[in-house]
Amino acid sequence: MTSPAQKLPVSLAANPRLSSWVRFTGEGRLAISPGKVEIGQGIVTALAQIAADELDVDIGRIEMIRASTATSPNEGVTSGSLSTQQSGRALRHVCAEVRQRFLAAASERLGIDAASLNVDDGTISGPGNVRTSYWELAGEVSLDHEATAAATPKSAMKRALAGRSVPRVDIPDKVFARPRFIHDCAPPGLLHGRVLRPDVSRAKLIALDETAARAVPGLLAIVRDGGFAGVVADSEAAADAALKALREGATWSAGEPLPDEDDIAGFLKSQPVETTIIDARPATAAREPAQTLRRQYTRPYIAHASIAPSCAMAKWDVDHVHVWTHSQGVYLLRADLAIVLKLPAENIVVEHMEGAGCYGHNAADDVALDAVLLARAAGGRPVRVQWSRHDEMSHAPFGAAMAIEIEADLDADNEIVGWRHAIWSNGHAARPGRAAQPALLAATEIENPHPRMISTNPPAANGGGGDRNSVPLYDFPAWTITSHRLLTMPVRTSALRTLGAQGNVFAIESLIDEIASLRGEDPIAFRLRHLRDERAKDVIRAAARRAQWKPQKQAGIGHGAGFARYKNTGAYCAAIAEIEGADDIRVNRLTLAIDVGEAINPDGVINQIEGGAIQATSWVLKERVRFDRTRITSATWTDYPILTFGEVPAVDVEIIQRPEIEPVGAGEAAHGPVTAAIANAVFDCLGVRVRDLPITRDRIIAAMELAS
Amino acid sequence: MPSLQFRLNGAAIALDADPDQMLLDVLRGRLGITGPHFGCGAGECGACHVMVDDRAMASCDMPMWSVENKDVVTLEGLGTAERPHPLQRAFISEQAMQCGYCVAGILISAAALLKRNPSPTEAEVRAALDRDLCRCGSHNRMVRAVLRAASEMAAP
Ligand code: FES
Ligand code: FES
Repeated sequence: MTSPAQKLPVSLAANPRLSSWVRFTGEGRLAISPGKVEIGQGIVTALAQIAADELDVDIGRIEMIRASTATSPNEGVTSGSLSTQQSGRALRHVCAEVRQRFLAAASERLGIDAASLNVDDGTISGPGNVRTSYWELAGEVSLDHEATAAATPKSAMKRALAGRSVPRVDIPDKVFARPRFIHDCAPPGLLHGRVLRPDVSRAKLIALDETAARAVPGLLAIVRDGGFAGVVADSEAAADAALKALREGATWSAGEPLPDEDDIAGFLKSQPVETTIIDARPATAAREPAQTLRRQYTRPYIAHASIAPSCAMAKWDVDHVHVWTHSQGVYLLRADLAIVLKLPAENIVVEHMEGAGCYGHNAADDVALDAVLLARAAGGRPVRVQWSRHDEMSHAPFGAAMAIEIEADLDADNEIVGWRHAIWSNGHAARPGRAAQPALLAATEIENPHPRMISTNPPAANGGGGDRNSVPLYDFPAWTITSHRLLTMPVRTSALRTLGAQGNVFAIESLIDEIASLRGEDPIAFRLRHLRDERAKDVIRAAARRAQWKPQKQAGIGHGAGFARYKNTGAYCAAIAEIEGADDIRVNRLTLAIDVGEAINPDGVINQIEGGAIQATSWVLKERVRFDRTRITSATWTDYPILTFGEVPAVDVEIIQRPEIEPVGAGEAAHGPVTAAIANAVFDCLGVRVRDLPITRDRIIAAMELAS
Repeated sequence: MPSLQFRLNGAAIALDADPDQMLLDVLRGRLGITGPHFGCGAGECGACHVMVDDRAMASCDMPMWSVENKDVVTLEGLGTAERPHPLQRAFISEQAMQCGYCVAGILISAAALLKRNPSPTEAEVRAALDRDLCRCGSHNRMVRAVLRAASEMAAP
């Protein structure tokens, strides 16, 4: 027999107290308090839908509470497309149990068997027109109990809201300019901070002449702590002016060299590494290959490049500090702050406020420590710190560059008989709160600095990092998958949407396409023939049908396909790209099919897939962090261009709805398949394989020269 | 500091300001107007767009002297929940955003477009928004929302 605790969803097992998730507040109101945070993905609305369904209340009665270490369940980090899976399941259980507890109390008060009671928008009624409500009973039903998993959530059929496209709860504020973003938050007494960071990579501040900065009107303090320096002023303009003056007085050390941007693969393959065999499938019968294809694929460092620079606010009260942040993990950030400040975690409250989309671990956590350090000089007043665009594009962690080599053994019929996939990359995660050492930028700058955390890879059970999606879903007879994680890190890397999956799917799906074409076989048919999983085949067939695969060949137009199941355990996604061009590529249209199991909010899922597909197109066609041997040079939108309105393709998404299957996230499902689909369409159009991202004019010309 | 006059969301404003200070700093820092957002400070992203005499302009790149006697409209001046601009209604109907940080600037660019061209084609909408960046990939929804607002405004 399994104990009830084992049946609780992970987030609930870690935070079993019902009242930490649900509270009945004023008359007709209730508060839902998840540990996951809104990062523009619509999670708050999906979770409100789940709670409203399970409790039978109108969604308009629900107030969604922002995560805070003072009150919220600890759900770790909002990442990896796990929020509906983790928070949603927990809330479903919690709300089912809360409903059951209220029904029991109502049954007692009304003298009617609980089974005959009905809940409608919070009103509990039974035969003979007797009624009460959650709010009438709230005084006598304590939720200060641990969840028991005794209550069973409703079946998919009985849910009224799940599966419906409920409008997002945060959107009205955003169109009517009601402040929601931390950048717009202005508590009384607010001061503004800016931090001095070097242009040259890892240069250290060795001397600072503060005279000019001190003369700036509005300056309140210059903060120095070892190599960390910043200003506090009474307005943003004054803080900017003081920082500019401070910069002129700064003397820096020489810094540390950066790799050769034009030979990323050479650099990655020449570094000390930790090597892990990710998976091996031994061949059952030794088949002598007739030939071996050996291909190398690369992707560059990619910037998160949030549209808003990272921002945070902090306020000290003697030895307690309150921090407002758009971090993806309030508890994890608190753990790192506690290490740096040498304070007990109880002295620190970290509260979430919305920022712009972050797409992974950007500078949100770094700027929170900056704010905490600067606010020490503010005499108990709150200090808001905002990074510059330049710092956001050069000091925040990047998605790691990758070199991927695949060797495919083919028999005489060009069927795959062996497959070796090797990855060279920095680790894809250096998030705070996970180690005895902090991951925050300023921690490496202060007096008694902590070393820079070298990024690692999450374990395979969590989807892996550089190796994410490297194990093929195709039933090749044998394979070996190897990951080489760099032990040096001249360019700072951490989690960017999909971690290694975009690179790995690009490599696998490109080679699949190449082999199908070598065989003269349709690439969709080739994939279907090598898949066993019906859900995988369904998304591929659905995308193919929707795109009328394969459209008539037209000069100057190409079509390509890509498929993956994110993390091999998450959402299934197939993409078909139509592109146009000769050396400058334009993506005209992307057609996608997606299966996330139960799509709680179908329009929300489509929105995520559209966004992911467009962002992936931007990565593929344009994005590459630029640097010379001393500094990051792509620190403006001119030097780090992203896709614009005029360049965005039409995106058409079909959802395969499976209400009976637990939901998984959609935010990262499209990137790999879209990347591969575009690359394969380039081959269809131009007859050359570009194996180095981004697929720019120069890369196409180079590939053509190589081919001829 | 010289006194400067301009109109903000229909109301007359007179304030003492450094003529070289940027409009965005004055709006956000002194007037508590948080609709326009800071994104780059270099006229490259559109997050800070405001309408100046019916044209969408980057307020982060616009010194106060150039605003003298002009008519400035921010997202706050476009409409309210009680009396929404058709664009605001359409952005809600189309759920046209993810994080929404870029939206204030995009609504302003779209409003300026509809003033000079009440029935734009899709290509004209894209061209009008081409200086506005959105990192979340919500572009197509926004284009649909602008077209929806235009047809709503054209309806008798
Ligand atoms: S903030 Fe003004 S254009 Fe970017
Ligand atoms: S919706 Fe996030 S940047 Fe546009």
